[in-house]
Amino acid sequence: MNFFLTIILDGLIQASWLFIVALGLTLVFGVLKILNIAHGSFYALGAYVAATAVTLAAAHNLPPSVGFVAMLVSVALIASAVGLLLERGLLKMFYGRDEVVLLLVTYAVFLILEDVTKLIWGVNPIYATQPYELFGNVEFAGLYYVGYDLVLIPISAAIGFAVWFGLNRTVAGKIVLAVIHNEEMSVSMGVRVNRVYATAFAFGVLLAAIAGALTAPKISMQPGLSSDVIILSFAIVVIGGLGSVEGAAVGAVLVGLARSASVHLMPQAELFMIYLIMAAVLLFRPEGLFKRETARRI
Amino acid sequence: MGHRRLHPLVMILLVALATLCGRALPTWTLSLATVAASNALIALGIVILARTGNVSFGQGLFFAAGGYGVALVANAWGITDAVTQMIIGAVCGGLLGLVIGPLIARYSGIFFGMLTLALSMVFYGALVKTTALGGSDGFNVGRPSLFGMVFTDPRAADFMLYAVSVVTTGLAGIAATILFRSELGLASLAVRENNLRVEYLGMSANRIITINFAIAATFAGAAGAFALMAQRHIDPQFAYWTTSGEFVFVAVLAGYQSVAAVFVASLALELVRSFSNLYLPNTWQLVLGVFLLGVILFLPRGIGSLWVRGRHKRIEPAAAAVATQREAAQ
Repeated sequence: MNFFLTIILDGLIQASWLFIVALGLTLVFGVLKILNIAHGSFYALGAYVAATAVTLAAAHNLPPSVGFVAMLVSVALIASAVGLLLERGLLKMFYGRDEVVLLLVTYAVFLILEDVTKLIWGVNPIYATQPYELFGNVEFAGLYYVGYDLVLIPISAAIGFAVWFGLNRTVAGKIVLAVIHNEEMSVSMGVRVNRVYATAFAFGVLLAAIAGALTAPKISMQPGLSSDVIILSFAIVVIGGLGSVEGAAVGAVLVGLARSASVHLMPQAELFMIYLIMAAVLLFRPEGLFKRETARRI
Repeated sequence: MGHRRLHPLVMILLVALATLCGRALPTWTLSLATVAASNALIALGIVILARTGNVSFGQGLFFAAGGYGVALVANAWGITDAVTQMIIGAVCGGLLGLVIGPLIARYSGIFFGMLTLALSMVFYGALVKTTALGGSDGFNVGRPSLFGMVFTDPRAADFMLYAVSVVTTGLAGIAATILFRSELGLASLAVRENNLRVEYLGMSANRIITINFAIAATFAGAAGAFALMAQRHIDPQFAYWTTSGEFVFVAVLAGYQSVAAVFVASLALELVRSFSNLYLPNTWQLVLGVFLLGVILFLPRGIGSLWVRGRHKRIEPAAAAVATQREAAQ
């Protein structure tokens, strides 16, 4: 019994940060119709910036809680700036081109950011463990968990709810949905689509970077981080259906559980399982679990 | 494209010339050209497939399948012959392509790309965890020979590999031009434009995509064999998504208009890579990224558009092909 509880809790912890990354990816795809390969790089960027912020805070003898807040604030600022800059300065030039071309543009951005992070933070592993002890250890059904890990679950759920609420229950969100649904019609109704695009992209970058910041205390930052994360979040959004918020949640939980189940039951199948689920979902429901079929144009 | 067709014999002559040129090239360019030729072979496959409107982001799957297939056969039965190894690689890739092709021919656009990516990552995950194949470290294979000749001089060995890969890629290029002008090649363009209309005309779009997919997989398998012979080592990185991404990179650089452009693009990429490796050792990916952005921005139709001028500049390639056909009929 305990064993299954372990698997489920581990899976949910995994799912919590994966969901935040995938949410950003799915939003950017929904609004801009771009499958953003550079999304993993924004995750890595967030993690690196967080590490710098935490280290700086610790160097000034600030308590870990201040370091934690400083890390989130600095990551949010930098990520929004990077997102706006990239969308207005680069992506804008390629709108209207083939979706594969846009995908390659983001691939180029991925390559560039990969080296930029190496230039700034070097190739050696970086750690930022101070906030990890912030919430102590928690005993749960006879098992000991790091409090920080468990706190990630409600944080992620809150972010997910906020995004869902913002999209479905506010005027700004309705405008975004209108742009997703029909861009031309939105323009003719007076929506500033350019602004929606820029905001949506920056928000997607922000989500990836926040997820990076939240996981930074748990992991070691080193090159290759981004390419592993992007492939996981691809799997999640594909499982859930590209552009669907609910889908990203279900996909994240599925991938998180699959990961922890295979780590506990069959360690040699860990990587394999996730892509297998992704391939299976694509084969039987290519639109993902949560996307309605759309009529195709002849 | 119809106004300046090269005769296949002229093309064969060009390939022979390129091969002989290798004698005069310095050693470091030989291995560079070998890698470029092998990458061009895969990118050529991607271009062939892209004519049906589908871009595969998982050619690393067939690249790795070819490489591992050759490595296993070579180590088990002691086959070192370069041409035989290349054929084994092509067969491994092609067979896998024939199995997977019909499954994924039903998908299009972004889903096709994602599915190919997922399958290659399944393979990568399996390879990393297979300790019998060396796990993430991979394993080594012996030096290749040719028709019973063993090359102990490294320069001779490099030239042999260069010659075999350039000839193979050149022949594949010639085959591709013939394919592009054939009924199947033109039908592929029609599938890209509108696959439902192709079905109404009595052709199977799925079959056309499957055949093109299998051809691309065969090319990728053969290229996997070359990469193996050049490195004499194989590891799961062959199937990782960044490897596949590089092949798509070459194809986009080349554009979909000219077979020769694929070779030029592949060579250009390898040159940019080795020079930035030399002068900017830590930022070659940055250089590649900027290079790719520049090409997409300033040469939207690829390097090939530099010399494929054509009267149909403003017409979509498929429409251009149809227009040519119409002229030929009159």
